[in-house]
Amino acid sequence: MSDADAIPEFRKAGSGGSDKVSLTNLSAFSSGIGATTRREVIAIIAVAVIVIGGIEIALRAFAVPEYIMPTPSAIIAALFTEFPLIAPHLGHTLFQLVCGFAIGSTVGLILAATITQFPFVEKIVAPYILILVTTPMLALVPLLILNFGFGYTPRIIAVALASGPMVMINAATGFRRVDSAKIALARSYGASTLQIFWKVRAPMALPMILVGLMIGAIFGLLTTVGAEMVGGGFGLGNRLTSYSSMIQMPQFFAVVLILSILGILIYVTFFLIGKKWASWEA
Amino acid sequence: MKSPRAEPAKLGIHAATKVYQTASGDLLALDGCELAIGKNEIVSIVGPSGCGKTTLLWSMSGLHRLTSGQITLDGEPITGPHPDISLVFQDANLLPWRNLDANINFPFEIKGTRPDRAWIEHLLHQVGLEGFGGKYPRELSGGMQQRAAMVRALSLKPSVLLMDEPFGALDSFTREEMNRLVEDIWLDSPTTIVFITHSVEEAVFLSDRVVVLTPRPGKVASEYRVPFERPRTLEIMATREVFDLTNAIKMDIVGGRVRKERSRTAEAAA
Repeated sequence: MSDADAIPEFRKAGSGGSDKVSLTNLSAFSSGIGATTRREVIAIIAVAVIVIGGIEIALRAFAVPEYIMPTPSAIIAALFTEFPLIAPHLGHTLFQLVCGFAIGSTVGLILAATITQFPFVEKIVAPYILILVTTPMLALVPLLILNFGFGYTPRIIAVALASGPMVMINAATGFRRVDSAKIALARSYGASTLQIFWKVRAPMALPMILVGLMIGAIFGLLTTVGAEMVGGGFGLGNRLTSYSSMIQMPQFFAVVLILSILGILIYVTFFLIGKKWASWEA
Repeated sequence: MKSPRAEPAKLGIHAATKVYQTASGDLLALDGCELAIGKNEIVSIVGPSGCGKTTLLWSMSGLHRLTSGQITLDGEPITGPHPDISLVFQDANLLPWRNLDANINFPFEIKGTRPDRAWIEHLLHQVGLEGFGGKYPRELSGGMQQRAAMVRALSLKPSVLLMDEPFGALDSFTREEMNRLVEDIWLDSPTTIVFITHSVEEAVFLSDRVVVLTPRPGKVASEYRVPFERPRTLEIMATREVFDLTNAIKMDIVGGRVRKERSRTAEAAA
């Protein structure tokens, strides 16, 4: 969007870099997807056609064997023919992702909301949170499988462990952004601590909470697929290992395509939620 | 106009003392401040930066406790936020995630009461913000934001309105416009107003009385009655009397510094 016809924003620091939001900020929500004009749409489609068509032609021209790189048309064909077979696995993956993410993000949000109320506790807990955030939870999957078998349980635990800390650290950043004048405003009308939380702190934290949920969900997706690759006979990750072991590359890439679509759907969902509920900041 | 001292004080400040505990030791912000503000009187508090003006105002609003002394409203001591007292903050202080209507509804949501729609419509009409209800604060200019904040503060029909340098961030034209607006609102429905400002002109234009605080620790240094009739037109504000009073107050605030500098130049000359 051009700046020329935008409403001038009053008393706001210049965009970018000024906000002290850590790890990431809402630029992911304010820019990124979204073609606005017809020209842009046409250009995007044209480039996509040229890139994909170019790959198709190049692969055929150089007679690249299918086990190295299948053509885009073969991948699309495999996606349609194999979909009935892949669909139940997609269901398993989604189920684990949704369960794990729901558990992880709920715990993460509750912890962030409570811990930020007590700066002393926060200082003590911070290093452990950092370890949880930076450790790839995939590393725990073999141990979890040992303890919980090859069912849903170890995967859901891994997803919760991967997404929870991501949600928590971002939400905590949001909850820490206290504006004492706004809290004083609420207090001057006799607001209780709970009212201050729901009517001032929570809405103020919402943009960062959404960023945390988005990152948490994407980390959850990574962990789900990774855990499925480690063990168990179902899920999209399992499909990847079995297709590659059978050198069925079009089917393999069809699954990769499904995974990228899932990732994009996660991003778009939170983008739209952010646009609706947190656009006052972006 | 009746002398405010003749009737019991609407707002009484009795030996108000406030000590802040800071890392570098105790900071005495207010030291035995005494002030009585009459019903429907407009009193401005001016003084050098950091003299405890905002501390005094926040104490009056019940947002923080005094170390000793007390504040009374109609003779009753204030121990916390009071429904009869509304505060207008520096920089409007609107909630950016709420549109204008929702911002004005905020106090009522907190209190769980039903807003008086007719009164709010009347206020919005008076400040010229009709039809802006769906706008978000970032879409409004600084002056519009502060007008919305005034509507929010007045929507509860407080008997005391405390204003903490409300127009400090505005340009001088907008500021004068806002001053006239405060006078209009007061003429329409009188309330007791305590106004904190760095601008002596603003204080003289708005007030029945200007109170000068001493440098920290703050206490009342002097008081000036402002006897001019309302509405205070540009003609009235251009008179010699207004000019002289404004200068007298300015001299009072910077007086100490001027004398000190004079003696320093005298020393240098000697």
